[in-house]
Amino acid sequence: MGKARDKVKSLSQAVGELVRPGDSVALSAALEGFIPYASAHEIIRQGIGPLTLVAPISNISIDQMIGAGLVERVIAAWVGNVSTGIGYNFRRAVEQGLPRPLEVLDHSNFSITLALEAGARGLPMAVGRSPLGSGMALENPQFKSFTCPHSGQKLLAIQAVNPDVALIHVQRADKEGNCQVWGAAGFTKQAAMASARVLVTCEEIVDSEVIRRDPDRTLVPGLLVDAVCEVPWGAHPAPVQGYYDLDNQYYLDYAAATRDPAQAQAWQAEWVDGLSGREAYVAKLGGARLQGLMVSHSRPSAPLEYGW
Amino acid sequence: MSGYTSGEIMVTAAARQISDGDVVFVGMRLPLLAFMLAKQTHAPNALGLFENGVLRDQPATAPIITMGDAPNQAGALRLCGLDEVMSLLSGGRVDLGFIGGAQVDQWGNVNTHRALKPDGGQVRLPGSGGGADIACLAHRLLIIMNHERRRLVPQVDYITSPGWGPHPGWRQEQGLTRGGPAALITSLGVFTFPQGRAELTSLHPGVSLEQAAQATGWELTCLPDLETTPEPTAEELEIIRRFDPKRFWTA
Repeated sequence: MGKARDKVKSLSQAVGELVRPGDSVALSAALEGFIPYASAHEIIRQGIGPLTLVAPISNISIDQMIGAGLVERVIAAWVGNVSTGIGYNFRRAVEQGLPRPLEVLDHSNFSITLALEAGARGLPMAVGRSPLGSGMALENPQFKSFTCPHSGQKLLAIQAVNPDVALIHVQRADKEGNCQVWGAAGFTKQAAMASARVLVTCEEIVDSEVIRRDPDRTLVPGLLVDAVCEVPWGAHPAPVQGYYDLDNQYYLDYAAATRDPAQAQAWQAEWVDGLSGREAYVAKLGGARLQGLMVSHSRPSAPLEYGW
Repeated sequence: MSGYTSGEIMVTAAARQISDGDVVFVGMRLPLLAFMLAKQTHAPNALGLFENGVLRDQPATAPIITMGDAPNQAGALRLCGLDEVMSLLSGGRVDLGFIGGAQVDQWGNVNTHRALKPDGGQVRLPGSGGGADIACLAHRLLIIMNHERRRLVPQVDYITSPGWGPHPGWRQEQGLTRGGPAALITSLGVFTFPQGRAELTSLHPGVSLEQAAQATGWELTCLPDLETTPEPTAEELEIIRRFDPKRFWTA
């Protein structure tokens, strides 16, 4: 089943077409970097839910979507704020069922990666040793211990995870969705391969010839991709190598603003619902703040010879 | 205590656990600084793995907050995916891993999932991240935590990252074929686990045994030759402050 060739869309159109109520959505697959905040905010703006979210270390993207009342289940290794610890919306949802009850299927970073890898391969399970001995292995029904028929060792059968949609943010892609990434990518590749649909946001849409000049850099091929949206600063406040670094102050401010539920709603109104889209968000951040996050110590790679 | 913070002596004590040439699975926060410090002092040949997919043998090129920050990727030896660094861990190639947490018990089990409140309610914590993977799969585990009675508890409310378990052989029964906690570094001292249970090995300068006992939720026992943790040297403090210039982690 082929996907369309020219996949360039606006982000609001792509989210509206690809993310549906009841979906499971993989996001923040690269851990602290490349977090698809622009896509997450567009889902909040369009009010699409309830959703199951799949992530390793999600940072505050999941916390924001939980606060918006759009999440009924989380399959993840960590939900919080990497700069400060606690995700307050997550805590309120688990402890008090506010704004709606939340089911959590706890994983480790390795086990959720393996679950997606199995999904990508069309297999029902992966095999792991971690997190044997932990409460996760006892409580999450996606883990079942078994005895290896070859070695006799006790191991974990980790149920495969196949999300409906993966949201990924990358440095550059062509209009067919061939995505190039440089930097640590977490389980971006496994999330894209395991998901039925892939929504790509990128800093720049480039000519296909740019992709072909360095095909080793292509992490996710276009054959997996459904939509490509050019969204500069689409991962802010997360870092994107070669474009901008972490905006730590934003995470600190978010922690302070979300400790109280009424203030958390005000945060969402100010930074998501009250803005028409990512351009308005970037304008709100302002030029001086953006300038301070941009590359100040250039370190380009050496060109490679791919000729014959 | 004068001239340095408890965070700084924790970083210094943690750095001394890294031997030259070790392959270290580096956590966040204080362990990140401990790795930077060890690299700049006694362990120039240590190699650091970061779970987002970074292998590097030099300190980050500028101060960082998280492993994903641009200066932690510039100058790396390899940038890859989580699957690859976790496979190195699972394959037995990681000598040492660091984790923190909300609670630790006398057997070195660490909880970062949920804590019970006195009224019976629960506090939901962020979860494992890579902590359980490091605790299950690294050859040696180092735990770093503030020393408070609510954190050093007799038995954790939930095992996120398995330690030695409540009896000898517990790890093997779980299917864990290597590893286990080697040391617990707190804001008051350093514990080791000679028989699978935490024994106080050193107290930081100026800390009394009574003070440590009061801040420990289990019956504190110490090794016969209880030592005083060496103070950070001026050089060590200079390096820590270079990597944490705003005292974001060590204040």
